[in-house]
Amino acid sequence: MQIRAEKLTVRFGAATILDRVGLDLRPGEVVGLIGPNGAGKTTLLRVLADLVSASAGEVRYDGKPRGELGRAALARRLSFLAQGGEVYWPLRVDHIVALGRLPHRQPFAGMNANDHAAIERAMIAADIKHLRHRTSATLSGGERMRVLLARALAVESEMLLADEPVAALDPLHQLRIMELLQSTGRKGAGVVVVLHDLTLATRFCDRIVLLAGGRILLDGAPSELTDDLIADAYGVAAFRGEHAGQPFVLPWAPLGPKLRRNDNRGEPN
Amino acid sequence: MTASQIQKLSQAAPADAVGYGPLVAGLALAALALTILSTVIGYAPLDIGRALSDFLHGVRSLPALVLIELRLPRALLGCFVGFSLGITGAAMQGLLRNPLAEPGVIGISGAAALGAVIVFYYGLAGVLALALPLGGIVGAMLAAVLLYGLVGRGAGTMTLILAGVAINAFAGAMTSLALNLAPNPYAALEIVFWLMGSLVDRSLPQVWLVLPLMAVGWALLLSSGAALDGLTLGEDSAQSLGFDLSTLRLKLIAGSALAVGSAVAVTGAIGFVGLVVPHVLRPFVGARPGRLMLVSGFGGAVLLLAADIGVRLLPIHPELNLGVVTALIGAPFLFSLIYRLRTEA
Repeated sequence: MQIRAEKLTVRFGAATILDRVGLDLRPGEVVGLIGPNGAGKTTLLRVLADLVSASAGEVRYDGKPRGELGRAALARRLSFLAQGGEVYWPLRVDHIVALGRLPHRQPFAGMNANDHAAIERAMIAADIKHLRHRTSATLSGGERMRVLLARALAVESEMLLADEPVAALDPLHQLRIMELLQSTGRKGAGVVVVLHDLTLATRFCDRIVLLAGGRILLDGAPSELTDDLIADAYGVAAFRGEHAGQPFVLPWAPLGPKLRRNDNRGEPN
Repeated sequence: MTASQIQKLSQAAPADAVGYGPLVAGLALAALALTILSTVIGYAPLDIGRALSDFLHGVRSLPALVLIELRLPRALLGCFVGFSLGITGAAMQGLLRNPLAEPGVIGISGAAALGAVIVFYYGLAGVLALALPLGGIVGAMLAAVLLYGLVGRGAGTMTLILAGVAINAFAGAMTSLALNLAPNPYAALEIVFWLMGSLVDRSLPQVWLVLPLMAVGWALLLSSGAALDGLTLGEDSAQSLGFDLSTLRLKLIAGSALAVGSAVAVTGAIGFVGLVVPHVLRPFVGARPGRLMLVSGFGGAVLLLAADIGVRLLPIHPELNLGVVTALIGAPFLFSLIYRLRTEA
């Protein structure tokens, strides 16, 4: 599925969170949505997932406005992984993953063979089969995020929007989740992942969208993320290096206030 | 309340030791058995066989009258009201993602009680046999319309809870005012006793009045099961799974108003059933909110019927009011919840 957002503007009261943002999302591409706190990343993701309406502008799914597509149809084609990863009841892991099949099920109908197969595939992909009989209360932060990612994968949607799936995870789990998102993209789904880690973003994403102050500063290849852009958006100097033929970016030191153009700290996220 | 606190309060779920089907069937059978038992047990000895055969042959004998006019409405109401309280408690806990939610949390029960109290106050209960339940139903519907107005304007779950607090406070104040200004002490006493909740001296016409309303309410609640499952992951996730949260809230308000509003209208306020039953049964359905509703319905029926049979077996006269008994069972349970939360925090 292709998603095209045009001139999206979102205002909460007097604050403008997104300011005429335009974005094209294509199948098979992993897009890293980066930017400082309060840049509007979560809001943009929520508008794309139709969880919040834009004050102006519109989102089209395969050329169609959301009204033409319907909420249930969109739910089958687009999955959303929320920030924070809360699970409110002590559900068993396989039951959590099964929630991803809800958009495909008829009212009052049980799960069919397709649903069971999709759940199995998602659990294998996220490497959580051994956790299937545990309850969510007994999982570590990394395990819980993998379970919730499996839940999103179980939808088997054409587009996956993930809001900070690696925040608060240790390096091993961060790398595993990024590899999983990358392989999801390789299998043909579109992926948008909100990240704070520039190293992971530039390494694993096919495309980087840098948002600051509600505007897009960059929409291009990871190699286009220049020192100037990083300084503008984050107010930090970056260290660059290369390993195994792959360039990486590492935020290194804060810049003085004069060098920052977009100091967005303190705005709502 | 954070998600981790909720998880502690709602116990680790055993891996579906009993299947869902057998659990539903078992509780339904228990509810049926207790409904039958409830018609057999009473203060006066009754030959059930003769009562039944007299009734079937159209003989208006004393045993037949006791069975049909006294025992049967009490047993049926115990079953239906218990079912309504259990299922609505589970639905509210699912909607608010909070194990301390109960059917009265959005103010429907308070408003239904106020409606009935107004009927008492104006002395209409003696004039028209069905005035009391009708007053209660009108009270519940007015509260539902008020909540509908709020949710229709896009208000979220927090607004719903706040509106419930406001409605409960208003209904409580008006009920106190009615007691304050009661025309005579008997009227005040009548109101106080009614508010304690009871299944005594209800009639079959009352049952037939509220049963269709309750059934529609149950259907509305049960049809929200999948959305409540989705809400386990939070509002954004539920919405992204294709559920419209405004529609869900409207269905649950209407469902609770019909199920619990009409229950309170005939029996008065019976507390704690809707709080305790979903909590006890949650581990048996793997904590899935959708599945919890039906089992909590039957569980509520079992608890209320058992409590109602219990008050008739206790050698205490006058008979304890059912609302008093359920609160006596419920309050220690609530203390144990608080204790568990404090020791595990």
